[in-house]
Amino acid sequence: MAANSASPRQGQRGGQPILEMRGITKRFPGVVALDGVSFDVRAGEVHALVGENGAGKSTLMKILGGAYAPDEGTLLLDGRPVSFSHPWEAQRQGISIIYQEFNLLPYRTVAENIFLGREPLRRGLVDYGRLHRDTAHLLARLGVEQWIEPDTLVKDLPVAHQQMVEIAKALSFSSKVLVMDEPTAALTDREVDLLMGLVRQLRDEGLAIVYISHRFKEIFAIADRITVLKDGRKVGTVDASEVTPDDLIRMMIGRPLDAFYPEYARPEDIGSPLLELAGAGNDVLDDINLTVRAGEIVGVAGLQGSGRTELLRAIFGIQPFTRGTMRVRGQEVRVRSPLEAVRLRMGFLTENRKEEGLALLQPVRDNTLLVHRALRPLLARADGVLSVAQLTGRVDLRAAGLHQEVQYLSGGNQQKVVLAKWLAVDADVLLFSDPTRGIDVNAKAGIHRLIRSLARSGKAILMASSDLPEVIGMSDRILVMWDGRIYGELPAGATEAEIMALATGQRKGGRSA
Amino acid sequence: MSGYVIRKPGRAGLPPAFLFLAGAFVAAWVLVSLFGRGQFLSAANISNIFVRSVALGIVAVGQSFAILGGSIDLSVAHLISVTAVMASFIMQGDPANIARAIVVVAAIGLGVGLLNGLIITKLRVNALIATLGTGLFMQGLLSTSFQNFAGAVAPEFEVLAYGTWGPVPIPVVVLLGVVALGALVMHRTRFGARLYAVGGHAEVARLSGLRTDRVLIGAHIIASLSAVLTGLFIAARLGAGAPWVGQDGVYDLESIAAVVVGGTALAGGRGGVLGTLAGVLIFSIMDSMFNQLGTGAFLKQVFRGFIIIAAVASYSVRSREEVG
Repeated sequence: MAANSASPRQGQRGGQPILEMRGITKRFPGVVALDGVSFDVRAGEVHALVGENGAGKSTLMKILGGAYAPDEGTLLLDGRPVSFSHPWEAQRQGISIIYQEFNLLPYRTVAENIFLGREPLRRGLVDYGRLHRDTAHLLARLGVEQWIEPDTLVKDLPVAHQQMVEIAKALSFSSKVLVMDEPTAALTDREVDLLMGLVRQLRDEGLAIVYISHRFKEIFAIADRITVLKDGRKVGTVDASEVTPDDLIRMMIGRPLDAFYPEYARPEDIGSPLLELAGAGNDVLDDINLTVRAGEIVGVAGLQGSGRTELLRAIFGIQPFTRGTMRVRGQEVRVRSPLEAVRLRMGFLTENRKEEGLALLQPVRDNTLLVHRALRPLLARADGVLSVAQLTGRVDLRAAGLHQEVQYLSGGNQQKVVLAKWLAVDADVLLFSDPTRGIDVNAKAGIHRLIRSLARSGKAILMASSDLPEVIGMSDRILVMWDGRIYGELPAGATEAEIMALATGQRKGGRSA
Repeated sequence: MSGYVIRKPGRAGLPPAFLFLAGAFVAAWVLVSLFGRGQFLSAANISNIFVRSVALGIVAVGQSFAILGGSIDLSVAHLISVTAVMASFIMQGDPANIARAIVVVAAIGLGVGLLNGLIITKLRVNALIATLGTGLFMQGLLSTSFQNFAGAVAPEFEVLAYGTWGPVPIPVVVLLGVVALGALVMHRTRFGARLYAVGGHAEVARLSGLRTDRVLIGAHIIASLSAVLTGLFIAARLGAGAPWVGQDGVYDLESIAAVVVGGTALAGGRGGVLGTLAGVLIFSIMDSMFNQLGTGAFLKQVFRGFIIIAAVASYSVRSREEVG
């Protein structure tokens, strides 16, 4: 930061950008992630980057940080062209990035993580005394020293504190540009306030800050300029003072929000309860009561660590419930493993399709029949009995053929194969966890339509998602979780504010289903 | 969520493998006292246990570095043979050649480690396959050039295997020195910290600005150099090197077994050389116990297999409990 103290705040509006990205294009197999995007940020400015999941924000930042190389386009730092072939080079040039996924080593201490690879030395050996002191200083500067000890193992810290460690790590470089990719996703309101204060402090010290967030409240509270990305293209850059949240939404999705999602369930769609939980719990969940009926989509919202994904994992027998009762189609059941869940005709689709949903190196056909074969091990002939083509048609799969390896499909089509896999065994209780994470906008709408049509055909759907617009747009009822419990229930079309009030544990509301 | 675990900075703490070591020690002591010939606790026997540990111990320290980095080295056994043969071949019993022999085998070790590291990081060949390949390559070259014991080490060189320093055998001093040096590098240098990071999560390490390739190459050079040192020790003990000494000792698989019994995760990122020392000593204590009990070699193997599985299973269950 010392290098930058010469560029004072007053220069910011008309000032030269410290960092400029021009015409950046990045292609991945099956998708153009970025298409000629330009972006710049000035010293002493907070520049917010917004856009839906899959709009290309994270990809753009990974290029900035040297984690990806762009296919086209140039980077200018202080007006000089630069190119990074390794994150190390970006860091050396003063660019620090706090990535969305946690980038800490769980079995190393806070201090070891912050100064990873740059440990202070004395006579050639790591000087643990100074490492401890430097870390303590840094934590004190963030005002978090009362919660975080330099010698604590990162795995023993709560998620919010791990986030603080990430920030401390980014600050420990003498950075000129600091990128924060959804830094508040896992934080409570109080922690968000703390973070906002910190961001302002850093901005006033002359840092150029790129702030990626879905939360308009934060963006309007802190950003000087806002750039909107959509489908890998730049929609525009605006002064934060000149736009309203509604303007931003229109820029982000190109149409009003309600046109984007399929209709909610009609009364005649709703059938009998297919999944019921009463007083269910395990070591991370407690007192879970819920009902999902045929024909409806029940959304589960909640911050990271609220028990949102754990709920689905418990229902599916991955980390089973240890108390309470569970009924499927009215029958009381115990699900102690995924196999038992599958036998009860439940299906589970997660955002980790590559790890949890698909055998990537195998063709569409084998993936579609994966569960079917697991249930009936000797069915070599199953392919003939069951029409894979019909199944993939039902999910509107776009593939070169049934023999194409699924690793070459786009994210949206991969999720469709996972769905087809569950349709093959006629699963009618479907559990979805962030079904459209990392999928581009058009494919996303396709998945949403598909999920709704599955509900219409009589499936009971429980959908947890970290994407609030998705929860709001899709759910016929919304359960909000906090601290391993269902904290309240909201009707279709609830607002983000209502959900966040429950999700941050500020208000306990609605009826418990 | 339990309370925070505060770890003393810069110190590894005593790894859980030492519990097994203590258990093995007590079990051997009791069994030998009850049923065996001779005394288990005699100075001679304890010293014997350590000396027995030297050849495996040195190479296992190097193997710890490879495994900690999330890699593995199957070429060590063959490199041990190459070293033993080349050292005795160059020395030809003449002390004047000792320095030259050491320089040559060290250079070979450096080259093999560098080659292993480059194949793994630049050609992106799986470490198991890469080091299997370089090992076979070396063994092939060696076996076509030498059919039997080649040359002889200088008598002065045998001090490495048979000398004493006061009451302590020189090989034991060497082993403890190598372990101490290994622990120092792992826990007190930047390279060590980087190695833990690369083994713990290569992508996190990369995004943190570490040049992970260099770290892995370094780990493989250390693994190879430790194999060279073991090769030199074996040559000193046998008086000459033969092209089968490495494979006869099964140093590739045994070193990996010692590392994991010592508590280092095979996936990398957790563990350390002190645990490896404990793993090696556990094996030696078992060997010594079975000798004194007069048990056959095959039963010995059965027990060894049992210990490897039991130890690793216990670590795996422990870490699952932590997560739960």
